[in-house]
Amino acid sequence: MAVRAGRALPFPARIARSDAALPLGLLAPSIIYLTLLILVPVAQALFLSIQTEQGTFTLENYQRVTNDAAFVDSLFNTAKLLVLIVPIQLTLALAMALLINSRFPGHGIFLYIYAIPLAISDLAAGIVWLSIFGDTGYLNTILQGLGLIKDPISYLSYENLHLVLMAIVVAESWRATAIVMVILLAGLQLIPRDYFEAAELFGASRWRRTIQIVLPLLRPSLQSALIIRTIFAFQTFAVVLALAGRQFPVLAYEAYDAYANLFNPRLAAAWAGLILLMTLTVVVFYLRVFKVSEAETAR
Amino acid sequence: MSSVSFEAVRKVFGKTVALPGVDLLVRDGEFMVLLGPSGCGKTTLLRCLAGLERIDGGSVRIGDREVSDLPPRDRNIAMVFQSYAVFPHMKVYDNIAFGLRMRKKPKPEIERRVKEGAALLQLEPYLDRYPAQLSGGQRQRVAVARAIVTDSPVLLMDEPLSNLDALLRLHARAELKRLHTDVKRTTVYVTHDQIEALSMGDRIAVMKDGEIVQVDSPSIIYDRPASVFVGSFIGSPPMNFLKCAARDGHAVGDGWEVPGPPGMDGKPLLLGIRPENIRIGQGPLRGRVIVAEPLGSHTLLTVQVGKDSLKVVAPADDVFKPDQSLQIAPEPHKIRWMDEASGTAIAAPN
Amino acid sequence: MSAAATPAPQRKSQRRGVLVDRILLYGVAVLLALWTLVPIYLIAIAAFSEKVAVFEYPKALLPTRFSTETMEFFVGSSGVITSVKNSVIVALGTIVVALALGAPAGYALSRFRFPGRDAFQLAVLSSKMFPIAILAIPLAVTFIDLGLYDKLIGVIIIHSAMVLPFVIIVTAGVFATVSRELEEAAQTLGTSRLGAFMRVALPLALPGLAAAAIFAFVTSWNEVFAATILTLRERTLPALVVASLNQSPLYFKFAGGFFLIIPSLFFIWFMRKYLFNLWGPGR
Repeated sequence: MAVRAGRALPFPARIARSDAALPLGLLAPSIIYLTLLILVPVAQALFLSIQTEQGTFTLENYQRVTNDAAFVDSLFNTAKLLVLIVPIQLTLALAMALLINSRFPGHGIFLYIYAIPLAISDLAAGIVWLSIFGDTGYLNTILQGLGLIKDPISYLSYENLHLVLMAIVVAESWRATAIVMVILLAGLQLIPRDYFEAAELFGASRWRRTIQIVLPLLRPSLQSALIIRTIFAFQTFAVVLALAGRQFPVLAYEAYDAYANLFNPRLAAAWAGLILLMTLTVVVFYLRVFKVSEAETAR
Repeated sequence: MSSVSFEAVRKVFGKTVALPGVDLLVRDGEFMVLLGPSGCGKTTLLRCLAGLERIDGGSVRIGDREVSDLPPRDRNIAMVFQSYAVFPHMKVYDNIAFGLRMRKKPKPEIERRVKEGAALLQLEPYLDRYPAQLSGGQRQRVAVARAIVTDSPVLLMDEPLSNLDALLRLHARAELKRLHTDVKRTTVYVTHDQIEALSMGDRIAVMKDGEIVQVDSPSIIYDRPASVFVGSFIGSPPMNFLKCAARDGHAVGDGWEVPGPPGMDGKPLLLGIRPENIRIGQGPLRGRVIVAEPLGSHTLLTVQVGKDSLKVVAPADDVFKPDQSLQIAPEPHKIRWMDEASGTAIAAPN
Repeated sequence: MSAAATPAPQRKSQRRGVLVDRILLYGVAVLLALWTLVPIYLIAIAAFSEKVAVFEYPKALLPTRFSTETMEFFVGSSGVITSVKNSVIVALGTIVVALALGAPAGYALSRFRFPGRDAFQLAVLSSKMFPIAILAIPLAVTFIDLGLYDKLIGVIIIHSAMVLPFVIIVTAGVFATVSRELEEAAQTLGTSRLGAFMRVALPLALPGLAAAAIFAFVTSWNEVFAATILTLRERTLPALVVASLNQSPLYFKFAGGFFLIIPSLFFIWFMRKYLFNLWGPGR
């Protein structure tokens, strides 16, 4: 006995409960919250930066920023930090991630240790390295104890700005390498073991295996790490403050200073706007470069 | 105890019409199997019955209750999922008791029913364990026990055996069938495995592309498939189909002729015959053995007849050599005639 | 790699190669571990010495002159206990707000397919891109107008906005690991949709949610810029330390630094299983 599949008869319309009602309802509070607290302030900041105290339109805030003696310095300093910190961190983090990923006995403890700086604020990191780089600090103590120097070196003084730079780079690298390591480790976990084993079978040495197989496969994670690290580098603030104070101007500090010490929120907003602009520029630049190189290595 | 009826049930996902309009009646106490290849809509239909999908047209009834707009909890059904969906954070006891607790049954009754269910599925030693400590087969039994103890009039099963290994599946199949005999709950069972369908169902609804193409008892589905699709899908190896044309009460094929359906002169036909219903020896069809596969209980021959290739079941003891020529005859009352153009069966006079 | 095939001397050099490899591996691992741990050790010594030890040179590298004088001074300094209390309040408040808003959103992202889902994910990720300066400054101005300036609730608001994108992404990932069928099974057994969420999805997602909570706590605890700008009297600990960086004596700073670090050791220990999800679903 066969049953013929029926045709849908015209049917009284059901109460249409939209399929999107529930998820949007769950998301709405977050969307509203983020809009109010991120999009709105950004817009406000941009508006603030082009206002005078009376509220009229002006570009004088930006002019003051660019004319500020500290402007060029802070720009270059931030750039120097970026150029130095990013490669150092990527290398260290890659080493850590590769080590952990090889799952040697005891790797769990080492993972914990390497990850500790994740929860250390940039302020605390600055202070920690202050104790090391200070005139009477631990570094000098060790160097003197080893007989390498006669008198303590002043790492953090105005006269040795290149040493100040080094100190900040070291402190920031120490603190934030963990963030990069975690991103790279997550990326490494996604690479199937088969690739490694195949390479081993074909006789590639460990070094070769790393360079030719792991790095290309890790590229998306490296790119993420690069972008994230760069974004944060533009916002370097408390480390510099703790180690060098005013001597080493950086963009974020100028913004803070304009607000907290000069009591000029419009000027501060102009500085912040500049930071945003530079961040966006670099990120867009990165994305362009990555797209091009991916097209070249036709995957 | 309840019947289940689908009337013109329609389900659309975005632009895809999964079910254009399905009619099906499942009788009270019946074990109805929804059988078909992946994507045919069988799971969708089951989920519409469960209330996990809202239908876009038609109606679903359980007993004489219209349940189309009711959420799952109000439909009084129980379901066994393909992945078992046993709650990992609860012990076996609590899993089985879950449905009863949600329906606010008194504690002593819950305890009694859980123990009964566990006994029925041989889970008594495991009541205090967590699902992670059980094997796949044991977890499957927990899922079944959990569904059975709720005493819901309708039981739904979505391919509950497909994640078991072959040997376990055999065993579990027999268990489920025995369970149904003991418990006699109206059951709607989804599977893509035609052996499961044939062995377990009171009736099978074969589905293709969202439509039910045949609903019958297993033996009728097996012997008298309603279409080429059903004949090919059921039975392993599938039914053979030979091209021929009707002429004057005969069917004329490529170098052979057999008595055929009356009328319909000139119409292109397909002669459907199962491999085990073909006699070797004397017969109107002449063919050549291409492959002979000794399978232990029988030998499976691939025979070339004209342009058609057939599977033929031969006794295990007979010996066949490649290229050997053969005469074969389809058993007349086992032939199923199909209209070649539409692929559907022609009502047989026998 | 059959041992029978390779002749004896080759096997020995293989073993030596493996040994060298191993030594190299552990060597580098230990070196990196020391690089991470030694500075923490040093600040601990600095924080647990006498106040005058700060000016000593050369410094003692071993905790031979253990003293709680510096820590006592720090803890006893005006405003410190209050600021620690404030930091805790703000951090806990951040968890509550971020989870209350973010967990349902993460659930929605993981369970439903709806128009705009990808756009939403992208928007959430890109919100991390805005420098905290550009958010904090106009918010400070707004808060003054709203009377929220120098109130802890203001800091909670901005901190939760900072961690919300992260919480959403992580909870989405966590709920994605809880099979949808589990909730469906619960519904067929008699729960409502909400009931299925509360009884099945939530308990199973709890560890992941806990990790998100800890991260929210840590981020809030450490946050410096916004906290400094938005508070005057009701400072959080980082804000306090920053504001006094110019005037505070060195030993105060060291003690403060140590104080800021200690919680991290515990946080990371509790979170170690979830460290990989911090920056978005595994790529």
